[in-house]
Amino acid sequence: MIHLPLAHLLSEPVGVSHYVMVGAVLFTCGVLCMATKRNALGVLMGIELVLNGANLNFIAFGSHVLRNDVNSLGLDGQLMAMFVIVLAAAEAAVLLAIALNFYNNHNSIDVDRADELLG
Amino acid sequence: MDIATASKLSTLLMWAWLLPLASFVVILFLGKSMGRHSKFGGYVATGVILCSAALSFYALFGVWLPNNPLADASHSSEEVHAEHSEVTSVHPVAFLADHGEGESKGHEGAADHGEGGHGEDGHHANNKPPQSYYGDWYTLGQFGSLKLTIGYYIDALTVMMFCMVTLIATCVHFYALGYMHDELHDFTDSEVTLSDGTNLKRPGRYYRFFQYLSLFCFSMLGVVIAGNVAMVFVFWELVGICSYFLIGFYIERHSASTAANKAFIVNRVGDFGMLIGMMALWSSLGTFAFGDLTDTEGHVVEQGIFSQLRSAENDYHLQATDSVVAEQNRVIRPSADGATIEDPEHNTAGQWLLFIAGVGIFCGCIGKSAQFPLHVWLPDAMEGPTPVSALVHSATMVAAGVYLTGRFYPAFTPEALLVIAYIGCATLLIAATIAITATDIKRVLAYSTISQLGYMMLALGLGGWVAGMFHLITHAFFKGLLFMCSGSVIHGVHTNDMTEMGGLRKKMPITAYTMLVGCLAIIGAGIPIIGPGFSGYYSKDAIIEQAWSYGNSNPHLAILKWAPIVGAFITAFYMFRLWYMTFAGKPRNQHRYDHAHESPRVMTVPLIVLSIFAIGIGWKLPITNLNTTALLEQARPVGTLATTQGVLLPELVIPNEHDSHAPAIKWAAGWAAFSTAASGVLLASIIYLWNLLDPKELKQTFRPLHSWLWNKWWFDELYGLIFVAPTMMISKTASWFDRRVIDSILHGSVTVCKGCSKVVYAVFDKTLVDGMANGIAGVTWDLGLWLRKIQTGNLRQYIMFIVIGTVVLFIAISFVQQTI
Repeated sequence: MIHLPLAHLLSEPVGVSHYVMVGAVLFTCGVLCMATKRNALGVLMGIELVLNGANLNFIAFGSHVLRNDVNSLGLDGQLMAMFVIVLAAAEAAVLLAIALNFYNNHNSIDVDRADELLG
Repeated sequence: MDIATASKLSTLLMWAWLLPLASFVVILFLGKSMGRHSKFGGYVATGVILCSAALSFYALFGVWLPNNPLADASHSSEEVHAEHSEVTSVHPVAFLADHGEGESKGHEGAADHGEGGHGEDGHHANNKPPQSYYGDWYTLGQFGSLKLTIGYYIDALTVMMFCMVTLIATCVHFYALGYMHDELHDFTDSEVTLSDGTNLKRPGRYYRFFQYLSLFCFSMLGVVIAGNVAMVFVFWELVGICSYFLIGFYIERHSASTAANKAFIVNRVGDFGMLIGMMALWSSLGTFAFGDLTDTEGHVVEQGIFSQLRSAENDYHLQATDSVVAEQNRVIRPSADGATIEDPEHNTAGQWLLFIAGVGIFCGCIGKSAQFPLHVWLPDAMEGPTPVSALVHSATMVAAGVYLTGRFYPAFTPEALLVIAYIGCATLLIAATIAITATDIKRVLAYSTISQLGYMMLALGLGGWVAGMFHLITHAFFKGLLFMCSGSVIHGVHTNDMTEMGGLRKKMPITAYTMLVGCLAIIGAGIPIIGPGFSGYYSKDAIIEQAWSYGNSNPHLAILKWAPIVGAFITAFYMFRLWYMTFAGKPRNQHRYDHAHESPRVMTVPLIVLSIFAIGIGWKLPITNLNTTALLEQARPVGTLATTQGVLLPELVIPNEHDSHAPAIKWAAGWAAFSTAASGVLLASIIYLWNLLDPKELKQTFRPLHSWLWNKWWFDELYGLIFVAPTMMISKTASWFDRRVIDSILHGSVTVCKGCSKVVYAVFDKTLVDGMANGIAGVTWDLGLWLRKIQTGNLRQYIMFIVIGTVVLFIAISFVQQTI
């Protein structure tokens, strides 16, 4: 019998580790997207993925249902997630503005061409 | 001592003394802010000195005379001298004792005084201390037995000096109000040429002149009122510095500033002697005080100098106290053989120390009163404005020296008095001869002042205390008058040179005739023997009589007898030479004559006031028996009314002053004085009025003599050779040493220091310090260059770095966790 790693997850009820798993997949996808896309908007999307992967972690660890902790309201993780969403929105606005300016100057949004800040 | 009188007198005189100080302070702080063109300073100073004069005269007539009435018979009135021995028995103190008003420590009263004139052996009754009031206002400090106080010693002499000083100072102040008007606006000094060829222009200094005048009066009154030698010394120096300020008033003129320096430095020479005298006194007697300090009941608490040296037990004869003898053996003769001499006739123990103390104090007087050999500063002091000359030469500076000699009189040994007499004699003759050839009108007067001061010192040295002090007072009036007249002439013709004057009598009659009064007073004009005469007649005759009497007692000292008579001849000659050259004859310089004018009233009124005093100060006041000599007799120093014999020089005899009024002496001396003065005037008239002899031919005939006198006996050159040249040589050598030796040592050490630092710079600084700093910088630079390569600017690469870094971090953490 071959033991696939993480196979036990399929047989268990949904818990924190499932959420963390999904978050990790999202995070990895985001990082890969950021590392491979040459399009600035693609990079932006990757960032969003990374942030949302992190958000999932916050919510999973914060939820009192998943933690079986009745004394906690479970709002602290959600609160952090709200912050991250707001932060992501602001950051997206800034990045879009940079991208727009970059396009105005270079007629392109290829991040590989944005190497003028090299040391 | 009458306490009420004492406090009244001391308060009055204290205010008269302090008011000029207040004026000085007021002008010092407000003078400039009142404006340079206002007469504020002049009015303040004049008003204040007027108040001082009023207070002084009130002190004399309102307080002193009612409490200390004069003796009925006084010594200057001529009719009484046939019976002089009876006269001396009623001198003022005895009179006071008779009336129960004398000082409380008086013993027998009038009984002692019967034989005041018969001095055969020097051991007869002597006069008591004069009525005096002594006390302290303020104690500056006490250091062991040395007590320094601000105090007063008031006797008839103090009160008279206050009146004389303030009166003359008032006249001088009024006169200066007019004389100094040039200083009210911007002043162009025609005697100072700047480097660009123009004359110096400076703002006027009217207020400052009066500021100094006030300080001058304050200092002089301080000398007069001082109750101890230390306080005298303080004000003595203040007088010196004031004269420095005033002589150097035109400080931009080279001659004025050097004259001021000369006056100050020459005075320091004398003051050095004075300090020695003070030290000798203090170390032996332990006090500086003139008078005895008494408590409220009149018991003596602390004895002063005079009562220690002339104690009542010793019949007021000068005798060295035990402390003086001990100090002398310690200081002067370590072998201590002086104390073993038992012979009472020749007990010289302590006399040498007293001699040194006396001569030391007199040294200060030599400097201040411009006596030979320190007389050289006074003629140069003519550089000051004329009112200053008038004040310096009459009432203040030079009077201070004579005053101190008079005040200190009881402590002078007969030998010290002989020194004083010789100095006075030399001064009198030298200065008089120099005055013959001088042509600067103020210089003639300056030398005449020196000569007259010589008269005073001579009189004091010969035992003629009243004669000397009387001459001081009369001289103050007529010399003040003469100087102010000369100032008026200078003001009118704008030159000091008598060879450019002549015939000014018609242009400035008031000045001319008041000056004639001054000349007659100084030569002692009067009807011989019976009087009356000008003030100088009384005082100069008194001096000549005393000299005559002295010469009779000391045949071996005949020069002291003849000097004043010869001096009288020369005085008469040069004074009338001055008057004739200035006011008589034809104008020598028509231009100056045409522009000459009489001075304004503010200057001539003081002249008239002073000329009245110059005529009448020696007279007896009608109705009352008040006259100056009677007042001075009240202040006669203790123990001076006896024939005294020298101790170190046994053949020296100082005759009783009252003996000099004996008819035989009076007759001879009076005629001698009159005939010499008359022949002096006659000679001056022959040469300068009637032109029977041509002064130019005379000058040619006596060329060596003339150049000798014209160059003032070569004194300045002599001092230049003896003192100034060696000093200059020493300082030049020192300067050479400084520049060559000390400077080269300095330069050498600097070079060595520079070399060392160069080596240190090259070896240590360049390699170690710089190398360390540069090495660190180089390494940092290289590291930066290498790290720079990672920064490609590629976004995706950076993300890879982040990822890889994170993964590496995780792996590292997992390893670390495993090891724990």
